[in-house]
Amino acid sequence: MTSSLGTTSVSAVLFFFVIIAITLVITYWAARKTKTSSEYYAAGRSVSALQNGFALAGDYMSAASFLGISGMVALSGYDGMIYATGWLMGWPALMFLVAEPLRNLGKFTFADVVAFRLRQKPVRIAAAIGGILTVLFYTIAQMVGSGHLIRLMFGMPYELAEILVGIVMLAYVLFGGMLATTWVQIIKAVLLLCGVTLLTFLTLRQFGFNPVTLYTRVVEMYPAAGGDPLKSALAPGALTKSPIEAISLGLALMFGLLGLPHILMRFYTVPDAKAARKSVLYATGLIGYFYVIIPIVGFGAAVLLKANVVKDGVVTSLAGRDLVTYFDKGGNMAAPLLGELLGGQAFLGFIAAVAFATILAVVAGLTLAGASAYSHDIYVSVIKNGRATEEEQVKVAKIATIVFGVMAVALGILFKDENVAFMVGLAFAIAASANFPALLLSVLWKPFTTMGAVWSIVVGALSSSTLIVLSPTVWGSVFKHFDALGNPVGLFPYKNPAIFSMTAAFAAGILVSLLTPEKDAQEKFEDEKLRTYLGVGAE
Amino acid sequence: MSTASKLQQPDAGAKKSARELIDSPDFKALVKKRWTVSFSLLAVLFVGYYGYILVVATNKEWVASTVSSEPGAVVTVGIPLGIGAIVLAWVLTAIYVWWANAVYDPEVQRLKDQLKH
Repeated sequence: MTSSLGTTSVSAVLFFFVIIAITLVITYWAARKTKTSSEYYAAGRSVSALQNGFALAGDYMSAASFLGISGMVALSGYDGMIYATGWLMGWPALMFLVAEPLRNLGKFTFADVVAFRLRQKPVRIAAAIGGILTVLFYTIAQMVGSGHLIRLMFGMPYELAEILVGIVMLAYVLFGGMLATTWVQIIKAVLLLCGVTLLTFLTLRQFGFNPVTLYTRVVEMYPAAGGDPLKSALAPGALTKSPIEAISLGLALMFGLLGLPHILMRFYTVPDAKAARKSVLYATGLIGYFYVIIPIVGFGAAVLLKANVVKDGVVTSLAGRDLVTYFDKGGNMAAPLLGELLGGQAFLGFIAAVAFATILAVVAGLTLAGASAYSHDIYVSVIKNGRATEEEQVKVAKIATIVFGVMAVALGILFKDENVAFMVGLAFAIAASANFPALLLSVLWKPFTTMGAVWSIVVGALSSSTLIVLSPTVWGSVFKHFDALGNPVGLFPYKNPAIFSMTAAFAAGILVSLLTPEKDAQEKFEDEKLRTYLGVGAE
Repeated sequence: MSTASKLQQPDAGAKKSARELIDSPDFKALVKKRWTVSFSLLAVLFVGYYGYILVVATNKEWVASTVSSEPGAVVTVGIPLGIGAIVLAWVLTAIYVWWANAVYDPEVQRLKDQLKH
């Protein structure tokens, strides 16, 4: 067979329009309910725990994790699985450390919690900068990655894809606010989970529903080279070469989640701390299920794919990994190709439409988080001293949304040909180093002060971004510094700085707080306890 | 005994002010218990996940060996380990929710009822 990837498929376009139509109807319905700032940012705190669990899972399972991890398993085997486990580990930590205090203390953004008992202006400005930086890098990575995917799948020009995402996404956020964004996220999570489940079912059916038969086939097709069991597709490879590197990546993935503004913001959409807690359990279950089955899709692609392609002007038959890399060096096309092979054109269309919906939904969530960091934390709290009317707040939020949305499209087009892998790394490293330590210390540590919070955020943001620029990924690959063997080298030896930058942010927060004692903040820490632990007075 | 002096008698059913509640041993015990449970579960998560990462990074031979020693066996130790890490994360989350529903919430309700309105 020949693949229809890269050409415009009728079924893909059909599915795509059905999804857009459904989500726009929901936006229209949500728009009628969205009048006040609490409705705009927090869906009127009316989202149920189960709905929020799906929305959280939807926010987290981006196209990058669906297409990227299945591709990574297809191309490098077990390493993809190690990577997949890391993406789940933040959720229990989020539950134990911040989910409930966050819901009880905050209103619209995580900066509400950091600043709760400190001097508002300096802390809000610093927290908003940390939040906006995180959201911005995450958005660029999503926009660039998705633009290329859409180009590959629909055969649509890159720029057009970016503009289309921008327009539809702005329609959701602008008119429907958080309620529409939440429902778009829920629909997309359900579609994604159904799609991957069906793909797993079709794959396992080829092996008599016995995963061991699949693994046997994997080892037959990709045998341990030279009798070395470590070269097998089912053995760990290069990902965990250095223990420090591996732990640093694990820390960034785990605690990065606790500093992602668009995730933390979802906790304000549920009525109380109990619902917040339950929603994390649902999300952890859904995401865990997703990461358990996604490797089967990857391994399935590695052994089942076979197609004729035109290579250097000659029709050649390619199979497995060779076919995956023929379409995309990064392996992102493994799942769509497998979908086409096992479910035909219609299923490919479905997968393509799901990938598109995923991008729309994630970018919508990010835009809302970016806009609220500006309008709520900077405009209302700092510029207007907290004295802005409801109408004014919603108006500023909408203007910020438009600015952020247009910026996302522009940056997506600007960074078209850049390597964006480091931007996801940067987003998680900044989230783990700038946002998380200040948030945790503010909730947990009585002597924490305004200056401590500001310094913790600044040190975390600066150290993590500087170390990433000096890492092999940017200093080596992007700025072209290679060693004699052609491997990228950095002035800083590790790809992920979290283990160092997170420690630095905690140290700065603690040290500066001890040097600048703040009696007011300590008293308020005691007073806020009823709200933190019992939910008395929580909004 | 006058009504006024009766009200001042501290007994189990008496309403407390916010300050009194925060300073009460029951409330302090609740806060302490909450963080003890949280950090214990976090410690298990750390040992489980970073233990997994370190084993994979430092003992590749074992992780790459097959679970069964029968000839033709292919499933490596790494596969159940990876799935185990994911299951552990979910189980720990579920334990926390169970604890919070069964122990934390009733205690929160009890303390909230003592609060003066």
